[in-house]
Amino acid sequence: MSARDISDLVVPRSGQSIWLITLSAAAMGFLAVFALALSVTSANLARGWSASLAQTATVRISAAAGELDAQTAIVLDVLRTTPGIAEARVMVAEDQAALLEAWLGPDLPLDALPLPRLIELYETEEGPDRQGLRLRLSAEAPGAVYDDHTRWRRPLAQAAARMRGFAVFSLVLIGAVTAAIIALAASASLASNGQVIKVLRLVGAKDRFIARAFVRRITRRAALGASTGTLVACAALLSMPELEGTAHLLAGIGFQGAGWLLPLVIPALVVALSWMASMATAFHVLRGVT
Amino acid sequence: MIAFEDVSHDYGGGPLFRDVTLRLEQGSFHFLTGPSGAGKSTILKLCYGELQPSSGKVSVMGRALAEMTRDQLAETRQRIGVVHQDCQFLDHLSVAQNVGLPLTTTGRDLTETDLSDLLGWVGLGGHANAFPPTLSGGERQRAALARAVIVAPTLLLADEPTGNLDWDMSQRLLMLMVELNRMGTAIVIATHDLNLIRFAKAHVNARVLRFSGRKLQIAGAEL
Repeated sequence: MSARDISDLVVPRSGQSIWLITLSAAAMGFLAVFALALSVTSANLARGWSASLAQTATVRISAAAGELDAQTAIVLDVLRTTPGIAEARVMVAEDQAALLEAWLGPDLPLDALPLPRLIELYETEEGPDRQGLRLRLSAEAPGAVYDDHTRWRRPLAQAAARMRGFAVFSLVLIGAVTAAIIALAASASLASNGQVIKVLRLVGAKDRFIARAFVRRITRRAALGASTGTLVACAALLSMPELEGTAHLLAGIGFQGAGWLLPLVIPALVVALSWMASMATAFHVLRGVT
Repeated sequence: MIAFEDVSHDYGGGPLFRDVTLRLEQGSFHFLTGPSGAGKSTILKLCYGELQPSSGKVSVMGRALAEMTRDQLAETRQRIGVVHQDCQFLDHLSVAQNVGLPLTTTGRDLTETDLSDLLGWVGLGGHANAFPPTLSGGERQRAALARAVIVAPTLLLADEPTGNLDWDMSQRLLMLMVELNRMGTAIVIATHDLNLIRFAKAHVNARVLRFSGRKLQIAGAEL
């Protein structure tokens, strides 16, 4: 009969506080996975939006019908000779129809609409001198307007960063609430096992031994609860219906590839929090026992 | 081994005893006797630090209990075997696990042979896997004695250890304590059983401390 075997048994297995720990750890593990997924997704979206918008720009040409082709040719020439522009192409009618379809529906009579001509351009990593480009365009093709998407990109990036901040704050809140619940449950467990503590002290057990016996029991239950909650949350994320497109949040919430290993951190964090919270509570309670 | 210097103890309603000064040496054998409520159990509890005196100083193994840290108190208790009047078991553990508890708390393993010998020694050989609530009063007291001696204590404190035992079993357990005393363990037994004290004095050089009024005195030859 090893000492470790018996020391694992000195705290009774029954007790409502132990079930409370399992249940709350499961709930917190579940919520933490969603907060983590939201954090990862919003970070990915922000990165994706910024990257895709950062290296593209549009030149819009508004001119009389007779001058439109000439201005287009001038703009293309300017763009071809501007350092930092990798590619420039005139958007054909089908491209413009696709852009407007979301608002105006299919089968648009584009010919009947006074639409500007659009030139889509892709920048090199260094990018062009934007101010210089704007000046050249206004001088050589007065109807051309260069739009580098800054006014779209900035609020999108800000919104995604703020969403990520909320998700991280949620994770911190979940951790704090988990620690508080486990500390309360540990305190209740110690209070309801006053006789166990008294007997252990009388036979010469040090506080460290008694605290460890309780902390082991509490931490194991917290690990069980958090693992279960994490698994259920991962299954829930996997069961999300696939949505077309990746530019909006609902389509991308979850993890990608090796990112699915990230939720494994949650049970480990809950175990660490449980250990610290229950150990601190145990020593606090034991100080009141002779 | 144990030293009381002008120790007094109050229990809310008034003084239980006053100005007790005594010194119990290593390897000694003492009985504490007196009427119920005189303070026999309190003296024992003061010896292992479950209670603190209202005034005065209690030292165990050369160190004042009041000055010990919690870990030092635990280490001192690891060298003291105590048979509590109410036994103090963990009811969800088996008899064997309860008896092995003092070793467990210090990380020492318990061999089946040692445990079997010890339980056989107190007449509980067939009860190793039983749980305390299923034991009779006498069996619980014998199990409590086994737990008290498993660490080979230098001091054994026993509070009415034969209170629930028949005379034969009482003599048998007392002789076990006499054997321990011969091996060097200091023994203090609180009892009101004068027959037990007389029986012990025939086998060991035991001193008797008797409560009289609120004082603790050495009893004379009338016992």
